[in-house]
Amino acid sequence: MSEIVLVPIYLGERPGLLRGLARCLGEVFGVPVEVRRPWFDPERSLDPERGQYSSTLLLAQLQGAPGDAWRVLGVTGIDLFIPVLTYVFGEAQLPGRAAVISLHRLSTELYGLPPDEERLADRAEKEAVHELGHTFGLVHCRQPGCVMGTSTYVEEIDLKSARFCDECLGMIRTEEERAGLGVVARPADRIIW
Amino acid sequence: MSEASSILIVDDEFSVRDSLEHWFRRDGYRTGSAKDAEEALKRLDAESWDVVLIDMKMPGMDGLELQRRIRAQDPQAVTIILTAYGSVESAVVALKEGAFDYINKPIDPDELAHVVQRALEQKRLRTENVALKAKLEELSGLPRIVGESREIHKVLELARAVAPTDATVLIRGESGTGKELIAQAIHTGSHRRYFAMVPVNCGALPDTLLESELFGHERGAFTGAQYRRKGRFEMADGGTLFLDEVGTLNPKTQVDLLRVLESKEVTRIGASKPIKVDFRLVCATNQDLEQMVTEGRFREDLYYRINVVGIHLPALRERREDIPLLARHFLERYSLQMNRPFRDISPEALDLMLRYPWPGNVRELANAIERALVVGKPPLVRSEDLPLSLADRREILPAGDSLAEVEKAHIRSILERSDWNISKAARVLDIDRVTLYNKIRKFELSSSAAVPVHAP
Repeated sequence: MSEIVLVPIYLGERPGLLRGLARCLGEVFGVPVEVRRPWFDPERSLDPERGQYSSTLLLAQLQGAPGDAWRVLGVTGIDLFIPVLTYVFGEAQLPGRAAVISLHRLSTELYGLPPDEERLADRAEKEAVHELGHTFGLVHCRQPGCVMGTSTYVEEIDLKSARFCDECLGMIRTEEERAGLGVVARPADRIIW
Repeated sequence: MSEASSILIVDDEFSVRDSLEHWFRRDGYRTGSAKDAEEALKRLDAESWDVVLIDMKMPGMDGLELQRRIRAQDPQAVTIILTAYGSVESAVVALKEGAFDYINKPIDPDELAHVVQRALEQKRLRTENVALKAKLEELSGLPRIVGESREIHKVLELARAVAPTDATVLIRGESGTGKELIAQAIHTGSHRRYFAMVPVNCGALPDTLLESELFGHERGAFTGAQYRRKGRFEMADGGTLFLDEVGTLNPKTQVDLLRVLESKEVTRIGASKPIKVDFRLVCATNQDLEQMVTEGRFREDLYYRINVVGIHLPALRERREDIPLLARHFLERYSLQMNRPFRDISPEALDLMLRYPWPGNVRELANAIERALVVGKPPLVRSEDLPLSLADRREILPAGDSLAEVEKAHIRSILERSDWNISKAARVLDIDRVTLYNKIRKFELSSSAAVPVHAP
C-alpha cells in the first residue's frame, strides 16, 4: 500500500495538529496518510554542542522506514540545523523519499507574540507540503501563492497557500503516475493566501 | 533570484559543501563544489560561475589567497567569504581586496539568501551597465577621437577652444579624416549640446531636393509636397547645423544660405512668412575653396562668412604615430562588435600599416581592420589579412629612411616639377592647399615664389 507516513518526533502532545496535518496531506496528494511512531532513536541526531538536531541525520533515519511507504515525513518540535547553517525550517531529499519539518521556529511565541495554535497548524501544513514537494524534485517556485515559494522568513510562509501551482502540480502528478498511483493529487479549487 | 545563476562552493569540509549545495539547489541554482583552492581554480577555468563562496580556512592555499587568484584572473568575479566567528580581521582584508561580502559560520539562512541575492543583483546590474554603455555609444554615434600626435592635439585644442563660442567653423581635411567627428565634438562642447546637431550632406542631394531639404516646404508648394515639412535650418533651431561638402553648393543655394546666415530667418518653400531660427553653423569641405573663389565657383562673401574659424584636419599619413593607436582602437571595437576574439596586431601587419599612405585616411584604416577581422584568424591580425590594395603597395615607401624625410623629398620634387605653383602641386599630391602650405612651413621648404600662408 503506497502512502505518506507521518512520523512525530519529540512533537509533544499535539494530536489535533497531527490529525490536521494528515488530513491536509491526504487532500493535497490524494493518497492515504498513516501516522507511525519512530522506529529509530532520534537522540542519535542530536549535536550536543549546538543543542540542535541534525536534519540530515534525521533524514537518513527516516529514509530507512520499514515497509513500502511511498513518502516519509518527520514532524518535530525540536530545532533543526544543517552543519553550515544556524537553523533550518525543514529538509528534504531532492528528489527522494524522506523529508522532515520542525515546528520550533514556526510558533508565534518564539518571536515574542502570544501563542496562536491555529497559525502554527497552518504554517506546519504549508511547510509539510513544501518539503514533500522537494522530494518530487520540485525547486522553489516563483508563482505567487504556490506552496513551493521560498520562505526565508517565517512571515513569508503566511503569504503563500498550502497548494501547488499548476506547473508544480503537474510534476507531482507525473511522479504519482510513474509510481502507479494514477493521477491523484488534486488541484486547488482556488489558491487562497 | 535568477534560476540560471550558478554558485561554486569551496570548502574543505564535505558536510558544508554538501549541505550548501543542497540548500542552493532547492532554490533552483546550479551548484558545484570544490574541496580546495586547486580544484576551485580548475573548476573556474572550466566554466564560469556567477558567485563563488570561499571558506577562509583551508589546508594548502587559504581562502584569502584563492580569492586573490580569482580576482586576478577575472576582476568581475563575485566572491563571498565564509569565516568562523572571531576571524573578522582576515574577512576585512578579503573585503578590501574585492570580496563582495563575508558571512560567519554557521550561517544564518536569512543572511545567506540575502547576501547571495544581493551579489547576483549587483553582478546583473554590472553586466547590464556594460551592455547599456556599449549600446549608448553605438546609438549616440559619438566615438571618441583617438590620437596622441601633436597634429591631432592641435586640432582638438582648437576645437575645444572654439566649441563654447558661437563662431562659425570651417573644417577642412581629406575625405575620411573625421570632419564630422570634429563637428560633433564642437557641438557637444557647446551650450547647444542639448539640442540637435543636424547634418546635411550637400553633395549627396540634387539641387532641387537640397532646397526643400534645407528650407522645408508648405503643403502643396510643389508637385509631391503632400505635407508641410520642416527644413534642416528649422530642425537645427537651438542646435548646430552641419553642412558637409559645402563646396558643392550651387550658386543659388549659396545665395540662399548667405541670406539665412545674415537674417537668421528662413522661409519655407511656398510660405509667405519667414521663421526665426537660431543655430550655429559648422561647415566641412575637402575642396580648395580659395581656388573656387578665384575661379568664381564659390561666392567670396559666403566664403568669408563661413570661414570665421578654420580647423584643418591632418591626413592620416601626416600623423603616422597615431596609426598603431587607431588600429588597436578599431581592433578592440570591431572584435567586440563581431564577437571575434582578436587580441592584437602582428608586428609585420603594423609595419605595413605604418608604411601605407592611407589615401582614404582613418575611414580606410577602420575598414581595413574590420575586413581583417572578418577574413583573419584570431587572436592576431596578420599582414595577409589586410586588404589586398594595401598589401600590393607594400613597396610604396622605402622602409630605410625616416617617413618625414621621404615625405619632404617627395613634396619638394612635386613642387619643383610644378614650378612652385601651390594649387597645381596640391592637386598632384591630392591634398588641399592649406595642408601643402603647412607642410612647406613644417619642412622649411623654400622658394622665392612662396607666398605667406593664409591664416585660418
